[in-house]
Amino acid sequence: MSRPAPARQWQRLTPVQRIVRSMLAIIGVTALVWSFKTIEIIPEFLYDAPEQAADLFVRMWPFDWAFYPKAVHAALIETFHIATLGTLLALVLAMPLAFLSARNITRSPVLNWLAQVLFVSSRSVNSLIWALLFVAIFGPGALAGVMSIAFRSIGFIGKLFGEALEEAQKGPVDALVATGAPHAVVLAKGIWPQVEPSFWSVALLRWDINIRESAVLGLVGAGGIGVALDNALSNLYWDQVGLIMAVIFVVVIIVEMITTGIRARLI
Amino acid sequence: MPRNGQEQALLSIRHVRKEYRPGEPVLKDITLDIDAHGVTAIIGPSGTGKSTLIRCINRLVNPTAGEIWFGGQDLARLEGHALRMARRRIGMVFQEYNLVERLSVIENVLSGRLGYLPVWRALLRQFSETDIARAFELIEAVGLSADFATRRADQLSGGQRQRIGIARAIMQDPALILADEPTSSLDPKTSVEIMELLTGIAADRGIPVVINIHNVELAKRYAGRIIGMTGGQVVYDGAPDGLTDHHLKTIYGGEMWL
Repeated sequence: MSRPAPARQWQRLTPVQRIVRSMLAIIGVTALVWSFKTIEIIPEFLYDAPEQAADLFVRMWPFDWAFYPKAVHAALIETFHIATLGTLLALVLAMPLAFLSARNITRSPVLNWLAQVLFVSSRSVNSLIWALLFVAIFGPGALAGVMSIAFRSIGFIGKLFGEALEEAQKGPVDALVATGAPHAVVLAKGIWPQVEPSFWSVALLRWDINIRESAVLGLVGAGGIGVALDNALSNLYWDQVGLIMAVIFVVVIIVEMITTGIRARLI
Repeated sequence: MPRNGQEQALLSIRHVRKEYRPGEPVLKDITLDIDAHGVTAIIGPSGTGKSTLIRCINRLVNPTAGEIWFGGQDLARLEGHALRMARRRIGMVFQEYNLVERLSVIENVLSGRLGYLPVWRALLRQFSETDIARAFELIEAVGLSADFATRRADQLSGGQRQRIGIARAIMQDPALILADEPTSSLDPKTSVEIMELLTGIAADRGIPVVINIHNVELAKRYAGRIIGMTGGQVVYDGAPDGLTDHHLKTIYGGEMWL
């Protein structure tokens, strides 16, 4: 006579995993409560915030349209130049590093690591901080803006393009190696066609981001439309501030439409 | 010299051993001669080192020990430029076709010439008129129409891709073709068509072929010589007629499938 088998049991998590998860949830909630207590919100400022905001908008409208040809247009074009030149410079600097960082292409852990470190240091510094640095080196103006955009973008482009390189399929590369093609030709004919869409997509995305970032670089004196914004803010000319913000908004939307359109055709 | 006093084989594999991890040989002391004509099929279960063996020949995989004589050189000792010069004369056909998907069919066929072109010509797509004419001929010779030339490789079916893979290998003007499971990703009918094409085109041009293949029936039907491998060793080497159920049991183990 056989005993009936006990019902089989299955649970997604082990008891230890369940305890760890509950602990994490408790820590999360505690941290949230604690941070609310320490940020010292001043209730009086909070209460009249809607009024203040409404007041700002009233002062902004109508925009000072005459200000556009006087100062905004030239600054806007400069912003475009800073973003575009900065992106191009970053592409030139990031491409070799991306190849160094890809483990399937550069078979030296030291070089892979070195490229990764450069990417991390580039990305861990905000472009405004890079701008402060380059304004100190080159003085205020567009050059400092271009350099800070470029240095911030190296890490972004290098990391994403390096990852695309690592995802390239080995088969076509094997096939070209087997034909006796030299190393450079294997890269150009076996790897490049595979990563080309990623390359253009990353470059466009970064250009898009850089247009936005270069709009604020002027706040620390690195040229572009941010200089005009900074002046208008310090003079409390809210009708000019409103105009500049509207211009930035429109430009960002147009750039977004252009890059989305191009990216859709790349693949 | 690999062999004294005998007629020299096209390819002479001598005591080749391959260990991916030290102490765990995938290939144990393989010694084989491949003649300058005919089809040789290597059969054996998965994971027995067939693919490793074929990749050791053109050094996509580096053998741990042994010699591989081809064209008067030991391929196992070649490096850099000399290795690339030797690879030009060995065409390869792959299980997954390994075309560059985003390039056109004709560019994939022409990439068989990349070992012969100066780098700048390769980068600028400056192929000679002779090469381009030959690429068109080959596209037709493998059973596709010239209209396919400008299509992107990722628009082709599996069978069509393998045809282009074969055209690329022939484009190299090889003295030997290695085929690594060329039919394993294809349906039975297409498999037969590809074997028909590969062995036919090689016979017409007098190029010997070494094929790794799972399918024993296809191997027997198309090969003049069968090499059975198991556990990294050659356990049968002879004519297809001589291959008995007893041999197959040794090669694949068990008999339920026979």
